Amino acid sequence: MIPTQVEYHRPKTIAEALELLQKFGEDAKILAGGHSLIPAMKLRLSTPAQLIDIANIPDLTGIDDEGDHIVIWAGAKHGEIASSYTIKEHLNMVAEAAGMIGDVQVRNFGTIGGSLAHADPAADWPAVMIAADATFVIASTSGERKVAAADFFQGLFMTDLNEGEILTQIHIPKPPAGTKSTYEKFVQPASRFAIVGCAAMSDPDCNVRVAFAGVSSKPFRDTGIEEALAGDMTASSIEAAANKAAEGVSVMSDHFASEKYRRHIAKVYAKRALMKLV
Amino acid sequence: MTFIGKSVKRVEDKRFLTGKGRYTDDIKLPGMTHAVIIRSPHAHARILNVNTSKAEALPGVVKIFTGKDVAELNGVPCGWQVDFKNGDTMKEPPHKLMVADKTRHVGDAVAMIIAETYAIAKDAADMVVVDYDEMKAAINMREAIKPGAPLVHDDVPNNICFDWELGSDKAEVDAAMAASHHVTTLEFINQRVIPNAIEPRSAIGHYDTANDRYTLYTSSQNPHLIRLLLCAFVLGLPEHRVRVVSPDVGGGFGSKIFHYTEEALVVWASNQIKRPIKWTAERRESFMTDAHGRDHVTKAEMGFDADGKMTALRVKTLANMGAYLSTFAPCVPTWLHGTLLQGLYTTPKVHVDVTAVFTHTTAVDAYRGAGRPEATYLLERLIDTAALEMKMDPAELRYKNFIPAFDGVKQEGYTTQVALQYDSGNYEPVLKRALEMVGYADFRKEQEQARKDGRLLGIGFSTYVEACGIAPSAVVGALGARAGLFESAHVRVQPTGKVSVYTGAHSHGQGHETTFAQIVADKFGIPLEDVILEHGDSDSVAFGMGTYGSRSLAVGGSAIVKSIEKVIEKGTKIAAHLLEAAETDIEFAEGKWTVKGSDKSVGFGDVSLTAYVPHNYPEGLEPGLDFSSFYDPANFTYPFGAHIAVVEIDKETGKVDLKRFVAVDDVGNVINPMIVDGQIHGGVAQGIGQALFEGAIYDEDGQLVNGTYMDYTMPRADDLPMFEVDRTVTPCPHNPLGVKGAGEAGCIGSTPAVANAVMDALSPYGIFDLEMPLTPERVWTAMQNSDAVV
Repeated sequence: MIPTQVEYHRPKTIAEALELLQKFGEDAKILAGGHSLIPAMKLRLSTPAQLIDIANIPDLTGIDDEGDHIVIWAGAKHGEIASSYTIKEHLNMVAEAAGMIGDVQVRNFGTIGGSLAHADPAADWPAVMIAADATFVIASTSGERKVAAADFFQGLFMTDLNEGEILTQIHIPKPPAGTKSTYEKFVQPASRFAIVGCAAMSDPDCNVRVAFAGVSSKPFRDTGIEEALAGDMTASSIEAAANKAAEGVSVMSDHFASEKYRRHIAKVYAKRALMKLV
Repeated sequence: MTFIGKSVKRVEDKRFLTGKGRYTDDIKLPGMTHAVIIRSPHAHARILNVNTSKAEALPGVVKIFTGKDVAELNGVPCGWQVDFKNGDTMKEPPHKLMVADKTRHVGDAVAMIIAETYAIAKDAADMVVVDYDEMKAAINMREAIKPGAPLVHDDVPNNICFDWELGSDKAEVDAAMAASHHVTTLEFINQRVIPNAIEPRSAIGHYDTANDRYTLYTSSQNPHLIRLLLCAFVLGLPEHRVRVVSPDVGGGFGSKIFHYTEEALVVWASNQIKRPIKWTAERRESFMTDAHGRDHVTKAEMGFDADGKMTALRVKTLANMGAYLSTFAPCVPTWLHGTLLQGLYTTPKVHVDVTAVFTHTTAVDAYRGAGRPEATYLLERLIDTAALEMKMDPAELRYKNFIPAFDGVKQEGYTTQVALQYDSGNYEPVLKRALEMVGYADFRKEQEQARKDGRLLGIGFSTYVEACGIAPSAVVGALGARAGLFESAHVRVQPTGKVSVYTGAHSHGQGHETTFAQIVADKFGIPLEDVILEHGDSDSVAFGMGTYGSRSLAVGGSAIVKSIEKVIEKGTKIAAHLLEAAETDIEFAEGKWTVKGSDKSVGFGDVSLTAYVPHNYPEGLEPGLDFSSFYDPANFTYPFGAHIAVVEIDKETGKVDLKRFVAVDDVGNVINPMIVDGQIHGGVAQGIGQALFEGAIYDEDGQLVNGTYMDYTMPRADDLPMFEVDRTVTPCPHNPLGVKGAGEAGCIGSTPAVANAVMDALSPYGIFDLEMPLTPERVWTAMQNSDAVV
């Protein structure tokens, strides 16, 4: 299990990484932790000629409190996010989700940016970022642009990232004080990715945001549930709203969970997540 | 100084825990090349063309062989013959080292690239173009035996390898079943599981041109038998010029017993290119080519009288052989399965009928327990189901049917309806102890309350007997084995009193270096560190039948005891001479020979030195203190036990939470309790894996759908509760250590206990049987389909 021959680059700055990316074009792949890319390369499903490792660029790491929002840099490790006080204080579901990714080794090596850019439909981060109403900062040699998390994920392993671009920052608005949030995950037992992951948050006025991982070919915000709740966070209202989970959404099927079962689990996990916010 | 019965820490762990183990893939020989095998992506396809020209041109490629290059060579043989009921010979199609004409399972070997580095071999493999003409495959056994099904081997009609029966007269069984007050019937699949040893298989072939000698390093449980098969059947090499070494081996679970094509390939090709060749399986290859386990489709019926006494058992099984016969495949569903269907019960009439089927899938062979887990699953599922159906207590139903205690000394062994004589057994106490540990009476109250609260709690039982300590050679020979199943041991006392022990057993995780040393140190009365154990090298160990079938201690350990006794006997002669006493007046204890009733003694070290510096020495006695022995057991050994699982099912998702697992096993005398507990723990985890998580999934084209760790669920620590284990001790009456074997017991008892617990939890839904693995979706779907209101 070894990849095809590949040239490895370890730029020291974001600018340097962008220049390399510009130079090599589609021959290059960004390595940001490697827990998805390296296995694919070992199986020769992915055969980049140039590998640009950005996981340890100092400017790309860390979590910053910017007052009204939190900045998670793309190179932040899952484990770092799981144990961040800033995150725990304002966005419990982000810390919870981070702690449920893979195992200790994965959490200490994998990065949030790598996971988001990979856009595995069963990954935890994308749904959590949609629920958190995050904005992604994307850099290229020609400057920076911003895109909402909800617009970033376009399909199975497909994102809004263009050639020559690197996801550098995740901006998450701080929710109002008293907001509760949680991430509930029904795991695929072999990979420990999500069969269903439900990220949910509710502010003190019961404005609720719900998003799912694992259910469909891309993560999605479930406005059907949100509208059905209409600010009513009583048990019976939650039960009824949760039953609308993934309505009108095409749902994936595999040997762990058929479409029917996955849809059912989405309802159960929506209910469980929302009940934790009451 | 006693070591037997003590939880001595494992001496081998120092190297394993510090990363200093030496596995086959760690070995680097001068001039060594690397092989990559190109494998068929199709289950059944004609090979139209193999174009290697581009790959051959790649710098660093040394040689490429295809199926055509090995067409004249023999394939790997099968080591066990089970003939048809009508006496016809078992169908034994060739298993060539690589295929030239057509492929018969995904992973079948088509070509071998040999290159200077592994990376070059991988790159070259990508450049080989194989044209296949894909054909319909026979995957499902029930379909494969129908007329007109695709044939795996053109000369095997209906894909049937053999059919076989055992037990009481069939008409009598039918009559007893018909006359029964109640008959419980189950039709089920004992699903195919993939062994997944942590170390993938690896082999290095080295032909030494200067000395005309071959060496094979291989990750095997069974180096001497591999040498025998390789020399006598596959390559026709002179055995004395072939050395097989199995260094540290990272788990086997049966999958490394067998002689694999890659072993013969690297040896043969090494002579072709006159350089050593290493091949190591990628994990994908392990999934596709390590022999799989289980895979039975079974109908089983158990009859009872009005009082709950078993009256008859009737079993019909289809057993999957896969595409080729692996080394011991035919004996697993027959002599290791059919013979265990008496269980621990007095059932007067038992009949089993097995049909072995070829399919376009990976070969199936012995996997931890090999046949006995299938037999135990069948019996124990039937009993718990019968208890539910007859509204009897499953524990009481077992008590009613247990064979009464027999020690094999004062009472004779128990002769079954299915060809075995159990050595010793005392079945009630294990179940009693397990019930006590789980707090059975209280559990039923808790369960009742839980049901009222809308929670699904369940308890499941499994009481098993198994046959291990494999095996008396003459008996297995009569049953079709093409090998003896004795063991050898060589005890070499060095002049300074240090002891080297050479065993034909092979440790691949079991801790032999500790357990066997404990026996030797104990019997000689010397420190543990004065004993070293060597195994796995055919140049240093006279012969060996390897490690499987929980045989190492019962058979290999007994061989060591024989050599120890010879050392002590000769030492007594030397001691008598030194002490100027009659041999009959000398006794050996605690490391010294003493003149009875006196304080005159001579120590183990002094006698050892005298044996090698024989200046003052008995007349006519040979120098040296060095004995080898072969031990052929008188019978199998028959461990038994009771396992109890407690589960809670999430009503909304169907997910099974295994809350408790109690195992009380009787493996005879115990040398190292910690190691035995470890073996039980590992086996229990593996058995739970089959019940809840594992199972190979083939699609109708024969693609292995879950051939990676992203898709194939192995049990993990956080899936399992803390195991609660205990044991009773009923010594084996026929071996000198009184031991029975513990390697497979956990895996044999645990699977049905968990399945039974799930069915008990689901009984309010009227659900009596579900296919394993008992995944959340399967359980949830069954609840959905139930009409019961719970």
